[in-house]
Amino acid sequence: MALLEVKDLQVRVEEREILHGLTLTVNEGQVHAIMGPNGSGKSTLSHVIAGKPGYEVTGGQILFRGEDLLEMSPDMRAAKGVFLAFQYPVEIPGVATMTFLRTALNAQRKARGESEYSTPDFLRKVREVSKSLNIPQDMLKRGVNVGFSGGEKKRNEVLQMALFEPSLCILDEMDSGLDIDALRIAADGVNALRSPKRAMVVITHYQRLLNYIVPDVVHVMSKGRVVKSGGKELALELEASGYAQFEDAA
Amino acid sequence: MNVAVAKTGKGRAVSDLFTSAEGRLPGSPTVIAARREAFETYERLGLPHRRIEEWKYTDLRALVGEVLPLAAAPDAPALKRAADAVKAYAIAGARKLVLVDGVFAADLSDVKALAAEAGFKTLRETLEKDAGLLKTASTDAVIALNAAMATDGVVLSIADGAQLSAPIQIIHIATAASASSFTRSQVAVGKGARATIVESFVAAGAKTYQISDAVLVTVGDDADVAHIRLMDDAPDAVNVTSHFVTVGANVKFNFFNMTTGAAVSRLQGFITLAGDGSELSANGVNLLQKTEHGDTTLVVDHAVPNCVSREVFRAVIDDRGHSVFQGRIIVRPDAQKTDGKMMIRALLLSDEAEADNKPELEIFADDVSCGHGATAGALDDSLLFYLKARGLPEKQAQALLIQAFVGEAIEQIADDNLREHVIGIAERWLERRS
Repeated sequence: MALLEVKDLQVRVEEREILHGLTLTVNEGQVHAIMGPNGSGKSTLSHVIAGKPGYEVTGGQILFRGEDLLEMSPDMRAAKGVFLAFQYPVEIPGVATMTFLRTALNAQRKARGESEYSTPDFLRKVREVSKSLNIPQDMLKRGVNVGFSGGEKKRNEVLQMALFEPSLCILDEMDSGLDIDALRIAADGVNALRSPKRAMVVITHYQRLLNYIVPDVVHVMSKGRVVKSGGKELALELEASGYAQFEDAA
Repeated sequence: MNVAVAKTGKGRAVSDLFTSAEGRLPGSPTVIAARREAFETYERLGLPHRRIEEWKYTDLRALVGEVLPLAAAPDAPALKRAADAVKAYAIAGARKLVLVDGVFAADLSDVKALAAEAGFKTLRETLEKDAGLLKTASTDAVIALNAAMATDGVVLSIADGAQLSAPIQIIHIATAASASSFTRSQVAVGKGARATIVESFVAAGAKTYQISDAVLVTVGDDADVAHIRLMDDAPDAVNVTSHFVTVGANVKFNFFNMTTGAAVSRLQGFITLAGDGSELSANGVNLLQKTEHGDTTLVVDHAVPNCVSREVFRAVIDDRGHSVFQGRIIVRPDAQKTDGKMMIRALLLSDEAEADNKPELEIFADDVSCGHGATAGALDDSLLFYLKARGLPEKQAQALLIQAFVGEAIEQIADDNLREHVIGIAERWLERRS
């Protein structure tokens, strides 16, 4: 079943059109990779899906389980099951990670009309997931991402993904700033979350990440459009030949 | 309504404030004479206004205009309302001293429990003997008016070496509308003693009222004192409070003020570090909304060498609120090796919110380390979006960031129980935001 349908999406940032009619359909259980050169609009797409302010949608639509996502506030999108793993997760001094996790989880549950998590259940769950991601407990007491390394910040994103159990995960350049070991831990965390009910959109500039998170479908973006789609072998092809051919095509 | 107008050229009206109250003001004939003198000083000066440098941002003539008549002593229904307020605001385990409309309420207070640990009298009792407590070195009009009109207060003496097992909480409760109350208290902490004093200002039914309070604090050598003031008066109230603090040698003095109420408020603190080797930590939070005006003015006087002072202030201003922070650090010629730092940050939640931060250093010694910083800004959009993308609705995301912002000042309160109490008041303020 189609989980995410992006139809002919046109987006402007301050008078400049970044996406010129982008179409993309992601079904439940699938992992899609979106590749493309810098400036092709990959991150814009992820921001618009999550509801970041500053983007003007001038045409097209985004449906999530058939509902109009663009009509929803960012927090409502999160409650519906959309999760954006940030390329650069922000640091929030003074807000303990544990407080943040519990507040966010309960806000989502409340929005869905579910009961709040009990403290023991919550703690058990956090402990279990953080252990598998190699996140030390004392990190959870610190301010959100404050003083975290690049790898720790990305692991914290994966931790949230595991806790919130979204049905759509968008990973925006998850590999940026990570060394190979940090990348492997984060990717293992993501792979553990693959499920027939959950879809993922992996946005990346490099093929490297796709060695760890193997996609079902690969899309190539250039100049604000999807210019080619194919299987995982498309990523390898790109690695060999580069993006130049598509820049001409677009 | 019998409203006395202050210093508008109608001298007769001003005097009414005093003459109509005179019969109810406690004190021996000497004390009454001292009151008259203080009132004359006030009458000559009138309410402070913007042309007086210290009051530049808080023009009481414009903001308040008139001093309301003295509140009547609370009757039985008023005391009943006050009793309910005490239940709501009391800190668990604290020894309570309750003043209702400026009158000490023994039945609501823990006088017996306190007697084992500290000396206690009311101001009223003290004034039967002498006028000493009505005198201060200040020439400020609001302090003179307070001396003239003070009806009651608590006079505490904590013996040398005493280690108080529980905080003392002085609770000021307003039940009378369209009236003013004047209180004056003294806290004398002996050498080597350890004490926590909390002052809470709250309303029980009254909406429009005026509070004038003065607190005289002396801290003996080697003492360890926490002094916390929580002003949560009604949204239409006025609260003008003056603190005079003198600190001895090798003292740890931790002061915290939080403003979450009153249409117009000013806390002016004058803290003198008069003994070597003392550490002052003075912190505060102003949380203002609607058209509230909150002024914290703090003068820290390093009179002797080798003292440390640290000030962390945070203001959060919504709607058309106006926050004022004036911090002056004076380093006297003898006060070598002074280490004084002051950091003020204001968070503006609306385009019409206003913050006036005025840090001042007056340094007369040459071997010192002093500094200050002041910033003002809005909530960070990228942090807000991150929280919203994780499912927090706008207001909740803002609240979390505001709590983090003021947390840096609140976390200076060492006692867990007190800190939680203060956080609770801040959370209620956040819930009141429209």
